Amino acid sequence: MSILAVEDLGIAFGGLIAVDGVTFAVEQSEIFAVIGPNGAGKTTLFNMVSGLYVPNRGRIVLDGEDVTNLPPHELARRGLSRTFQNLQIFFRMSVIENVMVGRHLHEKRNVLAHLFTLPSVHAQNMATRAKAAELLALVGLADLAERPAGSLPYGALRRLEIARALATEPKVLLLDEPAAGCNPVETEEIDSVIKRIAAQGISVVLVEHDMRLVMRISNRIHVLDRGRTLTEGTARDVRANPAVIAAYLGGLGSQEATHARN
Amino acid sequence: MRQILKNPLWLVVGLAIIVVVLPLFLPSTYYVRVAALVFINALAVLGLNLLMGFAGQVSLGHAGFFGIGAYAVAVGPTHLGIPTWASLICGTILAAFIAFVVGRPILKLRGYYLAVATLGLGMLIAMIVSNEGAITGGPNGMPVPRLVLFGWRVFGPMTWYWISGLTLVIGVWVAVNLVESSTGRAFRAIHDSETAARVLGVNVARYKLTAFVLSAAYASVAGSYFVLFDGFVTPDTSSFLRSIEFVVMAVLGGLGSIFGSIVGAAILVLLPQVLTVFHDYEHIVLGAIMIVFLIFLPAGLVPAAATFIRRRTA
Repeated sequence: MSILAVEDLGIAFGGLIAVDGVTFAVEQSEIFAVIGPNGAGKTTLFNMVSGLYVPNRGRIVLDGEDVTNLPPHELARRGLSRTFQNLQIFFRMSVIENVMVGRHLHEKRNVLAHLFTLPSVHAQNMATRAKAAELLALVGLADLAERPAGSLPYGALRRLEIARALATEPKVLLLDEPAAGCNPVETEEIDSVIKRIAAQGISVVLVEHDMRLVMRISNRIHVLDRGRTLTEGTARDVRANPAVIAAYLGGLGSQEATHARN
Repeated sequence: MRQILKNPLWLVVGLAIIVVVLPLFLPSTYYVRVAALVFINALAVLGLNLLMGFAGQVSLGHAGFFGIGAYAVAVGPTHLGIPTWASLICGTILAAFIAFVVGRPILKLRGYYLAVATLGLGMLIAMIVSNEGAITGGPNGMPVPRLVLFGWRVFGPMTWYWISGLTLVIGVWVAVNLVESSTGRAFRAIHDSETAARVLGVNVARYKLTAFVLSAAYASVAGSYFVLFDGFVTPDTSSFLRSIEFVVMAVLGGLGSIFGSIVGAAILVLLPQVLTVFHDYEHIVLGAIMIVFLIFLPAGLVPAAATFIRRRTA
């Protein structure tokens, strides 16, 4: 059984049908990419799957449970986390504190105990910090742990968002353009981070514009165009599909994809 | 060494030392009185700062909760025969309860809308206390019976100095604990990005409500102390202007700075004493100071000073 299944999902904003009957399923440990030209509905799809938008039709099934209308914090509890294309960093907190927020669901949340700092609260803070430090090391940000998050370069913030999402211990991780605005070196780092995440048994669903990254790391690719599914398959299938080339890759893009190393 | 100094509990220790030592330097009971007023105001501002500075939710109606605490210790003993100390606790619970009930719907609002809704809440409470003349003495107010603890009548500036000072130390300790816990991290996360907080599993609505209820409780205790100290309560305690004063204190000292709450309260309590020369223009001067601060030190006094010191030592 797939870990995440999206069935006939659709949403309209006024007269505009942003996503129209999209269906796909993601297996455990899989790296699954959603691609498509600008305005194809990729981020809208993500916003529905992560509970930020309520779909007009269709179903979302996470690990066998129908989670279609659940709010984001309930989805997080059930093992779904995400990052954002337009970064949503807690800029006033330190780097490590950003990740510590991600541990929220794994901490005891008794406000009265917090008010009077029972010894258990202190111990918990230490445990949370240790776990957060571990995750920062995973994404290569260990050295910057105590820096204010607002002072980090763009590529580092992208990795910080990944570490923070991982802190929730998700079964499914949605990455919304994890390499957007990153230089080739940073993209390569993110590439290896994503592979390491999938190797841990977490399913990764990503939306990405960087074709090389997508072709290189994805097990399967789902192509959207104007809110509808164009095709789905391996990098090789997608690259060979004339409809995809016409709709999305265009002249230069298809050349780039052909030259991409697998 | 640096790590030890970074421990925020030093703030509590430092404040306790200040509270203990300060009376040695206060030349007359007038100053003791002013210091007690600073502590009482700081208590209310501290709570407001948890809400505004940490959780990032505006309230322009906190004098309403201050007023609930104030009238609780006046009405409770006078009309209901509840001892003052119990009335204080009942008032705090009532304020927290009202915040809980009203907070649920209004905390869904954001920014200006939340500001206006809390403003309305404050005004509503102010209107109730001035209209229910039979119980509250209406616009003229009513005397507040002295606090009696174990047969000891609590009065006088020095006594209230110690009570409010001790309470403030406890209040700061509790606030520091909270800020350093996962609840505090949830507050700050909501302030910076509600969307990200939600996706990470933070129940945003619940944490906003927690902050609102806590801040209402702080304000209510402060309100009770304020009128017990004064011996008289008027609808002024819950006026719109007082709500604004609390906000100004929080912003002036520094939103998101616990120590800043005390500094902000100190400045706004002390300034009118200094500005008695301007008497009639007091609020104009306060307004002008506020504008100057927002332009030049938008982060507030304490955070700005901290940044300055860090730059000098780095």
